[in-house]
Amino acid sequence: MDDLIIAGRRFNSRLMVGTGKFSSNAAMVDAMEGSGCQIVTVALRRVDIDNPADSLLAHIDREKYLLLPNTSGARDAIEAVRLARLARAAGCEPWIKLEVTPDPYYLLPDPIETFKAAEILVKEGFIVLPYINADPVLAKRLQEIGTATVMPLGAPIGTNKGVRTRESIAIIIEQAIVPVVVDAGLGAPSHAAFAMEMGADAVLVNTALAVTPNPRGMAAAFKKGVEAGREAFLAGLGERRDRAEASSPLTGFLRD
Amino acid sequence: MSFLDEIGKYDPQQVLAAIEAKTASDVERALNAERLGAEELQALLSPAAAAFLEPMAARAHRVTLQRFGNNILLYAPLYVSNLCTNGCRYCGFAAGNKMPRRTLTLDEVEREAQVLHDQGFRHILLVTGEAQGKVTNDYLADCARRIRHLFSSISIEVWPMQTDGYRQMVEAGVDGLTIYQETYDRELYAEMHPYGNKRDYDFRLLTPERGGAAGIRRIGLGFLLGLGQFRVEAFFLGLHALHMSRHYWRTLVSVSFPRIRPADGGFAPLHPVSDRNFVQLICALRLLLPDAGLVLSTRESAVLRDNLLPLGITQMSAGSCTAPGGYAEKDDSGRQFAIDDDRTPEEVARVIRAHGYEAVWKDWDSAFLDKTVHA
Repeated sequence: MDDLIIAGRRFNSRLMVGTGKFSSNAAMVDAMEGSGCQIVTVALRRVDIDNPADSLLAHIDREKYLLLPNTSGARDAIEAVRLARLARAAGCEPWIKLEVTPDPYYLLPDPIETFKAAEILVKEGFIVLPYINADPVLAKRLQEIGTATVMPLGAPIGTNKGVRTRESIAIIIEQAIVPVVVDAGLGAPSHAAFAMEMGADAVLVNTALAVTPNPRGMAAAFKKGVEAGREAFLAGLGERRDRAEASSPLTGFLRD
Repeated sequence: MSFLDEIGKYDPQQVLAAIEAKTASDVERALNAERLGAEELQALLSPAAAAFLEPMAARAHRVTLQRFGNNILLYAPLYVSNLCTNGCRYCGFAAGNKMPRRTLTLDEVEREAQVLHDQGFRHILLVTGEAQGKVTNDYLADCARRIRHLFSSISIEVWPMQTDGYRQMVEAGVDGLTIYQETYDRELYAEMHPYGNKRDYDFRLLTPERGGAAGIRRIGLGFLLGLGQFRVEAFFLGLHALHMSRHYWRTLVSVSFPRIRPADGGFAPLHPVSDRNFVQLICALRLLLPDAGLVLSTRESAVLRDNLLPLGITQMSAGSCTAPGGYAEKDDSGRQFAIDDDRTPEEVARVIRAHGYEAVWKDWDSAFLDKTVHA
């Protein structure tokens, strides 16, 4: 089985789904079901985490999905840590998608504060999945201190532009010792397939599913994109060449 | 450089002339630009853009959907005092108006807050007039602390404070500040504010920057629609929002569109803004500021509010009462102005859902600022 393994836990889906921006909780559930995902991330700022009757939380079947709370909205390490502890105190598993995004415009992650928060949370026993810019050195530093994954962005959140950071993501994948999850910016199944073909271990998608009139259909399409990309990666893609290769080799006259 | 320096570079008359001179091709160029600047904003606010309202609305819809999804955040104002020493000519709370005046006790504030909490609200806006000496920073901080356990977000729309005052508010759990310039036109501003602390145009103009310096997370800007020429006012509002987002990049800017409503004192708008102009200005600002929260209050009619939903609005008040104590006591005799959309919060939420949006009650967590929890 080609399972995704994070912190020793096995998942047979390599597509994670975000729960923001949907037109209704029913649309969100549709997307989750269509995607075949097993990990869903929820912004702690959007829910009453200690209230099981919270209208959004009540729609997530925790038997079926791993609820991955995220700290989006946190401006610095202290705030992110406080939110993570809040989620754990409310009975969530100690998994946390660490987002420290002091810039509310492009929601780009702060590398310094993300690193500080990751250090604290890892020491406290959290399984930390940090959202980062596609910075290979930061990815290595985070792996070193024990984060469970790294989650580099393909493009700024919500832009649907695809893997614009491909050169850096390729380096992160090449050097990774933990799963690499491409997060943010994936707007089409082909983007997800592309990330998976590159060798990403998983992808996370939200906006592309939330803003379509047919979340379930789009989620199913992403599922196929992720699976196709993964299978292509495992099968081994042909090497990409800049020009055609001569069928009559230029050095063919060298007989021995 | 402060926004005072920036706005000082412009002559409002020349701005108006430049806006009026924009052509259809300027508008088309602005509509196709990936990111808009001052020139493009002028084009979208111009009379020439009136012919492009539909494509502007379509793009505003797309941009908002991409950034905010199908969500509308609901909030409620909580008026804690209507005491006021200012003489704003358009406002029901103006010192010269005879009306019942009161400042709620902390118990009364909590009672009002409980009503709103029970209706489902988790985002609250504390509102007052300006009566320093009687309604103080300490009082407002006490109000915030008193109701903090009921809400995930507390904003204020009160008198302008010094930076230290805003720091005190953040400590008390306030994460949002709304402060309208009313008009960016200095002469008109002086005319509209004949007496009181509010006469100080510069101090008010720099208020958002003091809030940003104090670390307030969300700052709402706006002008009072109906005072000045809306095209010029909206242009300066757009520049103000851009200025804030560059200089206080950790603070998210939102923009409101308060149109003058009938208030005690009988003020008539100097430059009425038609529904068509209103839509144009909302779309123009959405295209300039793709990430800004756009706020619509119950000043507008139910029909208009429902129709504006897809055009870029991201936050709405509902079931509002503009008199201190009005929620628990059902008495609005001390109100600031008459609202138009008088549907209950649940009705508004239902209509939002019927339009294909999720009515969001909570989009913030007090734990971000509360240093006492999980420290």
